[in-house]
Amino acid sequence: MENTRSKDWYISSFKKIEESLNGESKTPFHELRKNAISKFEEFDFPTIKNEEWKYTNIAPLLKYNFKQVTGVKISKKDIEKFLIPGLKVNLAVIVNGNYVPELSHFYKQPSGVRIESFRNMVLNDPEFLMKYFGKYASIDNGFVALNTAFAFDGTVLYVPDGAIIEDYIHILNVSGAEGENVLSQPRNLVITGSNSKVRIIESYHSMADNENLTNVVNEVIVGENADVEIYKLQNENMKSFHVNRTQAYQNRGSVFTHYSVTFGGSIVRNDTNTLLDAENCTGNLYGLYLTEGSQHVDNHTLIDHAKPHCQSNEMYKGVLNDSSRGVFNGKVFVRVDAQKTNAYQSNKAILLTSDAMIDTKPQLEIYADDVKCSHGAAIGQLDEEAVFYLRSRGIGEELARTVLIRAFANDIFETLTSQILHDHLNHIVYAKLK
Amino acid sequence: MSTEVSNVEELAIKDYKYGFQTEIETDVIPKGLSEETVRAISLKKDEPEWMLEWRLKAFRHWLTITKENEPAWANISYPEVDFQDIIYYAAPKQKISLNSLDEVDPELLKTFEKLGISLQEQKRLTGVAVDAVFDSVSVTTTFKAELSKLGIIFCSMSEAVQEHPDLVKKYIGSVVPYTDNFYAALNSAVFSDGSFCYIPKGVRCPMELSTYFRINTSGTGQFERTLLIADEGGYVSYLEGCTAPMRDENQLHAAVVELVALDDATIKYSTVQNWYPGNSEGLGGIYNFVTKRGACRGKNSKITWTQVETGSAITWKYPSCILQGDNSVGEFYSVAVTNNRQQADTGTKMIHLGKNTRSTIVSKGISAGKSNNSYRGLVRVHKKAENARNFTQCDSLLIGDKCGAHTFPYIEVANKSAKVEHEATTSKIGEDQLFYLRQRGIAMEDAINMIVNGYCKDVFRELPMEFAVEAQKLLSISLEGSVG
Repeated sequence: MENTRSKDWYISSFKKIEESLNGESKTPFHELRKNAISKFEEFDFPTIKNEEWKYTNIAPLLKYNFKQVTGVKISKKDIEKFLIPGLKVNLAVIVNGNYVPELSHFYKQPSGVRIESFRNMVLNDPEFLMKYFGKYASIDNGFVALNTAFAFDGTVLYVPDGAIIEDYIHILNVSGAEGENVLSQPRNLVITGSNSKVRIIESYHSMADNENLTNVVNEVIVGENADVEIYKLQNENMKSFHVNRTQAYQNRGSVFTHYSVTFGGSIVRNDTNTLLDAENCTGNLYGLYLTEGSQHVDNHTLIDHAKPHCQSNEMYKGVLNDSSRGVFNGKVFVRVDAQKTNAYQSNKAILLTSDAMIDTKPQLEIYADDVKCSHGAAIGQLDEEAVFYLRSRGIGEELARTVLIRAFANDIFETLTSQILHDHLNHIVYAKLK
Repeated sequence: MSTEVSNVEELAIKDYKYGFQTEIETDVIPKGLSEETVRAISLKKDEPEWMLEWRLKAFRHWLTITKENEPAWANISYPEVDFQDIIYYAAPKQKISLNSLDEVDPELLKTFEKLGISLQEQKRLTGVAVDAVFDSVSVTTTFKAELSKLGIIFCSMSEAVQEHPDLVKKYIGSVVPYTDNFYAALNSAVFSDGSFCYIPKGVRCPMELSTYFRINTSGTGQFERTLLIADEGGYVSYLEGCTAPMRDENQLHAAVVELVALDDATIKYSTVQNWYPGNSEGLGGIYNFVTKRGACRGKNSKITWTQVETGSAITWKYPSCILQGDNSVGEFYSVAVTNNRQQADTGTKMIHLGKNTRSTIVSKGISAGKSNNSYRGLVRVHKKAENARNFTQCDSLLIGDKCGAHTFPYIEVANKSAKVEHEATTSKIGEDQLFYLRQRGIAMEDAINMIVNGYCKDVFRELPMEFAVEAQKLLSISLEGSVG
């Protein structure tokens, strides 16, 4: 029942917005949105009967009528606390799904680099946008459909051939408004040319203490021999709902690295997919989630090996406290003819309490023979002998456990190139464990 | 290398060794499925009222789940099965009460000989008691007298319904209820026969119990129902082996096997499945949709499933363990081989409910030709299952570049003291291993056999002696020449 009402709510919201669009509703770009809303009507929100959503029941999310909110005043000072101390970044600030130029700032970039709001692109250069928009993140469920239908703002980044962006680009998302259930649906597009390099931090935070819904879609096109790194940090309030689809498309010789770190949110669902569609690509997906209370964190990944001579590495780790629940579904797909594929996947979780739960499904689907694919999954608790070892050296039990959990989590951070980022994440883990 | 490869590939096209059809008059109920069919089967078997009631309940339930709820989640594809186009009962026209093997139709005995399970031989030499199921009715049972001295009941299901109704009533459907799934409901409604075994308290069955299934009458679906109960402290090792004649029409096989282990009881259930897999174009072959489940009801009970799956066009089979009793143990060892256009979606479920329960899963998949081989498994640790332990290893070997190997392991843990480990690898036969054997003068094919056999050793080791030899032979026949 909830489901039907929710569906109608979003469809009528769409119609309302459509009426206020004036001329824009006649543009070819808007056709894409209209197409998406009809797909949404068809798909509706996923239920646990859907294999991909088997372990994640989104019913709590459907109890609220989330709506788009504009014009929330936010100052530079409010933003500061979300920044990573000591890290020099180009900053793009998104408030409730809308790009805020006054709060954003960029250093001088190599010529040809474009960092713009999605809104600007829609209005001024829709041809460019339409070359890429929706071409990679296919609409295969209600959330992607909804985001595509409400694709009004977000960030677009274009890095031309050979350009190297020195400093991190930090896309900082803040959601919330007093007394409102805010719907944020940023749509981000990253296009990189050959031999380019860019590192992006994508972080999510809350302002007010209300239930909000953030539903993001990122499309990332990695050019030939390009190197793209994305660090996703989810630190919204404990009532928030967060759905994220990141779809990468890799060209020959490219490297795509994605970190997904989840601390906040009540129901969080991440879909991180990469398509290795040319030879000699490398795809790296790393993830860490620390959950407490009644949080539910669901990480789905798909590594699609479509061409030979590629490799992928995947490592996800989780620490689950209280009555929180974790889900991991890692799919590695090796298509026919994707010979000489090397795919490695590992996923580990620690349950700290007897109320915590984890469901994991590491999945291999392989249609080529000359491959090396492996996956490992382990679920357990802290090694009592290791705790004893530390305690026998005069370290208190609580500290001993914290040390071990940090060491467990550190496997993920170890590969980080930036010491500042490493320290920052480590600090959050530490604060969270206290 | 490439010429060798093609030589080897030629060898792959090896005909099904057991493709013959025995000319025996059979007693057949016309095609189609309705309440009448269910009643007719029950009548033919002269079943008591309660059995018929149970069948009808199952049939009515089956009607409610038909069509849209027919299981479609498995990683297999096949044309829709027309359940009205199947003969649900076929019994050899023969008096069933036999005292010795001499009374058996010589034609029938020849069939068994061709299969290499000459009853006399086995009776005298190997000490294996064989309850041979020829099509749907057990025609001969050996070693019964010896077993009954120990109080062991080993007979056909229809006999058990007549003679041990209390036991059957108590346990049938208690592990796999007719509401369990589509095919279990179908089987409960129309099951023709199967084996029944009861091991009394504290008895260790002195011999390996064995049954051979064959599907013979053209177009017959075979619906076996097997029930094994090991009472407190009992032990039994049960072997099941299958071959079937060559057919063009697809044949449906939907068996149900239920195992019940009470306190301190141990059941070993081993299967070698070698039904007709269809020809190299994927024509014909058996659809093997089986529900196998064991319940470790008692403390310290143990159930071991060992299977070698080389046949069938489609295999859809998940021998599972429900670990209810504290300290109970579930084990699953599997080798699944697919060649040509065979499809297999097989694995296990380990449901940990009791304290200190342990389970081990070792699955070895081998895919060759244009086949698809999937491992699908579930390890579930319930909230109250303290100190549960699971180790899973599932490896896939790919032979040729047109086949597929897939793993779908589900792990659900709701208890912090659980330790669950899962490992999976997929690769092809190591070129360096092949080279090593070849340069020592071992032929390509032998080298591959050797490597594959080594790869499956963990599972073969679990098989009883007699079966292990047969399994190795089967493996090399199924894989002959498929290597590229």
